Amino acid sequence: MTHGFGVLSFIVFFPLVGALLIASLNQEAKGNARWIALYTTIIAFGASLYLWANFDKADAGFQFPEEMEWLGGSIKYKMGVDGISILFVVLTAFLLPLCILASWEAIDTRVKEYMIAFLVLETLMLGVFCALDLVLFYLFFEGGLIPMFLIIGVWGGKRRVYASFKFFLYTLLGSVLMLLAMMAMYWHAGTTDIPTLLTHKLPGDMQWWLWLAFFASFAVKMPMWPVHTWLPDAHVEAPTAGSVILAAVLLKMGGYGFLRFSLPMFPLASQEFAPLVFALSVIAIIYTSLVALAQEDVKKLIAYSSVAHMGFVTMGIFTFTVQGLDGAIFQMLSHGLVSAALFLCVGVVYDRMHTREISAYGGLVNRMPLYAFVFMVFTLANVGLPGTSGFVGEFLTLVGAFKANTWVAFLASFGVVLSAAYALYLYRRMIFGPLEKPSLRAIADMNYREILVFTPLVLLVILFGFYPAPLLDVTAVSVKKLVSNYEAALRAASALNVR
Amino acid sequence: MNQLVSIYWPAGPEIVLVVGAMALLMLGVFRPENDREAEGIGWLAIGVLGAAAWLAYDQPAGRQLLFGGAFVVDGFARFMKVLVFAASAGALLMSFDYMREVKAQKFEYPVLVLLATAGMGMMISANDLISLYLGLELQSLALYVVAAIRRDDLRSSEAGLKYFVLGALSSGMLLYGASLIYGFAGSTGFAAIAAASKATGAGESIVLVVGLVFVLVGLAFKISAVPFHMWTPDVYEGAPTPVAAFFAAAPKAAAVALLMRVSIGAFGGVGPQWQQVVTALAIASMGLGAFAAIGQTNIKRLLAYSAIGNVGYMLIGLAASAPKGGVPAPPAATEGARGMIIYLVIYVAMTLGAFACVLAMRRPQGMVEDIEELSGLAQTNLGLASVLAILLFSLAGLPPLAGFFAKFYVFVAAVKEGLWPLAVFGVLASVVGAYYYVRIVKIMFFDAPKDRFLAVPSRAGLIMALTGLFILLYVVWPAPLVEAADAAARTLFQ
Repeated sequence: MTHGFGVLSFIVFFPLVGALLIASLNQEAKGNARWIALYTTIIAFGASLYLWANFDKADAGFQFPEEMEWLGGSIKYKMGVDGISILFVVLTAFLLPLCILASWEAIDTRVKEYMIAFLVLETLMLGVFCALDLVLFYLFFEGGLIPMFLIIGVWGGKRRVYASFKFFLYTLLGSVLMLLAMMAMYWHAGTTDIPTLLTHKLPGDMQWWLWLAFFASFAVKMPMWPVHTWLPDAHVEAPTAGSVILAAVLLKMGGYGFLRFSLPMFPLASQEFAPLVFALSVIAIIYTSLVALAQEDVKKLIAYSSVAHMGFVTMGIFTFTVQGLDGAIFQMLSHGLVSAALFLCVGVVYDRMHTREISAYGGLVNRMPLYAFVFMVFTLANVGLPGTSGFVGEFLTLVGAFKANTWVAFLASFGVVLSAAYALYLYRRMIFGPLEKPSLRAIADMNYREILVFTPLVLLVILFGFYPAPLLDVTAVSVKKLVSNYEAALRAASALNVR
Repeated sequence: MNQLVSIYWPAGPEIVLVVGAMALLMLGVFRPENDREAEGIGWLAIGVLGAAAWLAYDQPAGRQLLFGGAFVVDGFARFMKVLVFAASAGALLMSFDYMREVKAQKFEYPVLVLLATAGMGMMISANDLISLYLGLELQSLALYVVAAIRRDDLRSSEAGLKYFVLGALSSGMLLYGASLIYGFAGSTGFAAIAAASKATGAGESIVLVVGLVFVLVGLAFKISAVPFHMWTPDVYEGAPTPVAAFFAAAPKAAAVALLMRVSIGAFGGVGPQWQQVVTALAIASMGLGAFAAIGQTNIKRLLAYSAIGNVGYMLIGLAASAPKGGVPAPPAATEGARGMIIYLVIYVAMTLGAFACVLAMRRPQGMVEDIEELSGLAQTNLGLASVLAILLFSLAGLPPLAGFFAKFYVFVAAVKEGLWPLAVFGVLASVVGAYYYVRIVKIMFFDAPKDRFLAVPSRAGLIMALTGLFILLYVVWPAPLVEAADAAARTLFQ
């Protein structure tokens, strides 16, 4: 099981090599910085495809293991992926080249620093999904704050300072409590090794506290109502690629955290707190959908819709059923594509008009037919229309929820209706109607670079809508194992009749 | 002669420092007084420090006692001496450019630094209340003068005077506590005090507890733990910047080392008693350090509050290493001490680096210290801004920088000892602290640029590069420091 440096470390740390290269360029070499960043992210993506191709779907354990001495004692540098994490690695690596392309012209000041920040961020995000040691996980999880803080603060919009601080402090406050919980686990189990901890039985009342501490971190990251308020600010002020990464990857760390830590390590507490999570999820789904309906700012609307969609994810996770968990993972991956694409869509018109006011647009279909089509695809995917990837996730989580709690599922299905309302209302206001604004008369349709960015996204969203098997097959075995371990833990606890 | 050398070999570093200081003093007096000469003496002083550090490192393993048991050299002393000597050398190196610029180049400065450092070595090796006091006063008297080294500068003189008056007060308290303890134990040796404090019922003795509290208060003043911190912001702000860097690094490390040896070694039997005091000091320091720094506009004052907060985190480690009721140290106790040692090393690096960055804040019209002057630095001098940002993020305790690991080890120890209130308060205070560190990053990276600073002085640049790289790359290979600190911590409990 002991291996040295392997393919996972390569994927995770390769972007740093690119960052170092860019750092060695002189300040004027904007073009070179862009190209190096693009090549680096493409190579990392290629390596992640290699990972996916060689992944053994029948094995529920951690694959591509790596282990090295690190902090001394039992804290080791340990990496590996299983069915739950591998797709997030691929998703992250897939989106980064698109982000670089989307920033090609939009970012024209301090390009070098921007690309370095993005590549460092990529390393840290990929590391989160690969780490198999609590300390290593925390390192990547928390380290991502630094580049994201800078990306929002330096290249963001008008209220960027406020948004970056809010993002930073909210997330940090949640994380430090998780850090203490991790130390408590280290103290109790004598190790920070995640595979070992997955089978370690923690006492019930300790689980209760640990669950709460982890929840503080993941609920903020997710974000769940009522600690979601940093998200609309951060999304709105971040540059397009920053919003994409926030929505598509950083939010997923919360859901991934629930799947990797809360459920398997604190099953009793998860069971106990499931009603709380259901309540918060349903509130998130309905309340934030209503809030989204009232937004005047495109990015804010999409941000609130993200919160609502994440509500489906948390609901699915805490049903503790195979469908619910499969659906939650699928929903996260699909949302990773769809929200990324929606923010990129906003970026396209923002780059031309430099406003995010919905009322500043209208009748775009007349000048930008191609854009109208692309935007339509992702609007419908966001609504969860059958045939798009958005449908599969929502459907599966609702199926899981029906099994667990009919009322929750009943209330959550209102979210599907509401999402149709806000998404289509947005689409009508921006795209349809007469082209009346004089400023829009000269607006140009998408250029080749933009088409290049959107083509894979459109194809994947439709492909996974019709044929979700490639994703679900990968997660199936790991999810089954998670659910059966969870049920075994509950049975053992009820047999012992401890809390 | 050979016999003499081998007998006094354990005290070699201090002897080298004192003799070196005397020789350089003579050299300074009899050579013409000018900048070049003064800087030459500075370089020689760094050489002396290097020789002393090598001697300290080269001591044989194991515990050696000297001067009738008043002076001890063990793994802990070796580790701390190397750290303190290196910190002094770094602070001295930074001072050359500054002193020349403000026309305060004096050959006395390196000599005084050497004498203070000799005092620090004495403090680290103190194994008796008398040698403790001697070391502490040798250090303090030199530092009072150093704080006022720019005697024509109002703020510098004020800093020196303030430091002297408050320092004398704290020394008085320490002496009073020491006399009570002598009355209780009948000896000033740490070994005898430890034996007496381990006797049954020692914890109920008013004399011992009051004496202990007074000694702790005296030492809390030296490490600027709240509520004995009042001098720190004023002295850091008033003293010349390289001097403030020196104050923040070397004497603090030595005083923390002394505090560790006194509380763990001499007062091992009354661990629960001093644990309460240390916990209170830690909470107060972390809290005040975090909240008081928010409103600061002067970067040196801010760093002073940051130092206060950092001392609070170190004290968590000390609280976690309190031996319980005279029993031999539990395994977690060494972890607390280990965490403190690691914290100290990383703290010294961060502090020296941060002050080196302050030294680089030069405009044609002179040095500036206002935080607002850093506005937009990322656009005018990206290298300087990046190093300072790394150091600030590290001070805020964000991974993957070294500052995270510093906090990590003390918090792990606190959690293992079940000191939950301390740990929870500590992490919450660190979030508040993160705000003011990150605010500086915001000013440097988000705000509109001001005029360029002058080119970074070369020696300060060297310190910045070294500390920045250490902080950034510590994550890659952390094991050596952890192992060395572990070995050093263990000897403290023998």
